[in-house]
Amino acid sequence: MSVIIQTENLHHRYPDEEEDSLKGVDLSIEKGSFVAILGHNGSGKSTLAKHFNGILTPTEGKVWINGMDTSDDEKLLAIRQTVGMVFQNPDNQIVANVVEDDVAFAPENLGVPSEEIRQRVDSALKQVGMYEYRMHAPHLLSGGQKQRVAIAGVIAMEPEVIVLDEPTAMLDPKGRREVVSTVSRLCREKGITVVLITHHMNECVDADRLVVMSGGRIIADDTPAKVFSQVSLMESEGLTVPATTQVLNTLNQQGYDFPLEALTVEQCAAAIAANLNA
Amino acid sequence: MLRDITLGQYFPGDTVAHRLDPRTKLALVVLYIVGLFMAKNWISYGLVFLVTIACMAVSHIKPKTLMKGLKPLIIIIVLTAVLNLFYTPGTQIIEGVPMTWEGLKKAFLLVMRILMLISGTFLLTYTTSPIALTDGLEKAMNPLKKLRFPVHEMSMMMSMALRFIPTLTEETDKIMSAQKARGADFETGNLLQRAKALIPILVPLFVSAFRRADELAIAMESRCYHGGEGRTRMKQLKYAARDAVAYLLGILFVAAMVVLRHYGL
Repeated sequence: MSVIIQTENLHHRYPDEEEDSLKGVDLSIEKGSFVAILGHNGSGKSTLAKHFNGILTPTEGKVWINGMDTSDDEKLLAIRQTVGMVFQNPDNQIVANVVEDDVAFAPENLGVPSEEIRQRVDSALKQVGMYEYRMHAPHLLSGGQKQRVAIAGVIAMEPEVIVLDEPTAMLDPKGRREVVSTVSRLCREKGITVVLITHHMNECVDADRLVVMSGGRIIADDTPAKVFSQVSLMESEGLTVPATTQVLNTLNQQGYDFPLEALTVEQCAAAIAANLNA
Repeated sequence: MLRDITLGQYFPGDTVAHRLDPRTKLALVVLYIVGLFMAKNWISYGLVFLVTIACMAVSHIKPKTLMKGLKPLIIIIVLTAVLNLFYTPGTQIIEGVPMTWEGLKKAFLLVMRILMLISGTFLLTYTTSPIALTDGLEKAMNPLKKLRFPVHEMSMMMSMALRFIPTLTEETDKIMSAQKARGADFETGNLLQRAKALIPILVPLFVSAFRRADELAIAMESRCYHGGEGRTRMKQLKYAARDAVAYLLGILFVAAMVVLRHYGL
């Protein structure tokens, strides 16, 4: 698989700050993969995300999107069309008073002909399951629905990557599930690369790869099951592991020997049952 | 209380008035205002009144809805009426009281003028979605681009402002409830005290509005917004036969007003 996002010794310091927010991040993300980036507040995960489409540019180091350098102003539009971005607050990223007009915003900016915009908008709304709401006013939708409209707005741009910067932080559990299942389906079915920034463990379980950030650095980078099995590392970073891992870890401390890679409740139950039978 | 504001609100519908091209409707409003300001006397005012009623009927807007929108303007209307009633020279209605018959007529017609002026513009926003309206404005003002007037930027700003009215209204409600929960009092006291009580609402509202603007700008840029250059539209404005009819009626109306004015009616 080819690499679509690559960062090389990426440093970033906000103006008027004493310390770097990113302290040398080397990361490459492969096309078509579903990567979750986990970290608590101030870990630099959102700063990293904003480098993926050139909202922020590195103070030191490089970011390459499909081989394009994000510091190159000439390439900025092409980079932003390649990497779509969904933000935390759904209200602050919806630009129009009607759902379908909002979804049309990006292709309109790109100068796509009218008939094609129409097709793209309809198809994007169908992909996120919001087609029947196309004539609604966005402010009357639920948080999860608004966020799905925002995702449709990005899909209509036909990007190769969707970066979601804590898209579920302001949503209720139902809205969270809606958003996460929508993006994971887009990744599996449409082959869109998904980068999901979050601080909810449960949302990382579906990902192919989990990157944990702390203090501006990557501290773990592996499959979710492998990362979560490093319970002591996670706990020292103030991150809780999923409840299933926690159960198995507690049992291990009592002298059992369970593999810590069971993430779903079924896997966890099966592991315990197997041990009891033995 | 804040939900009652109907200014600039759009009522979706499928009447002829809704389907007219926004440019046509903008032109009609201009013609309507020109006609209205030509009105001088009972008959001409009567004609404008009939036209207003006809427009309301065509666009299926109930008088009640319109009245709701006029509510915030009551003070201005009453003030205008009173001033005219007392300060117009002429024959006094009751000896010794400085109210004149001339003043009464002038006050009545002036109030009618204000009411109809506002109703006309309300009908525009009631039947035209804000996006269509700003699109229409942008197209109509396109020639000004040659004079380096930032037409696209203006229309984008307008549509953003309209987009955020409901969001900010909701937020104001929330802040008010939060401040009330902490003992703020907005209902009692004199005007000055009540105005002062609004400060704890306005400050957080402004702070959040700026934060929103910042996030919105980033979100817009992330979706490849780079000004009006090379931008296309999903819904393109197209004139239809009904627009020609509407233009014709608008011009006829102004012509009729000119004639009436000429005869002093």
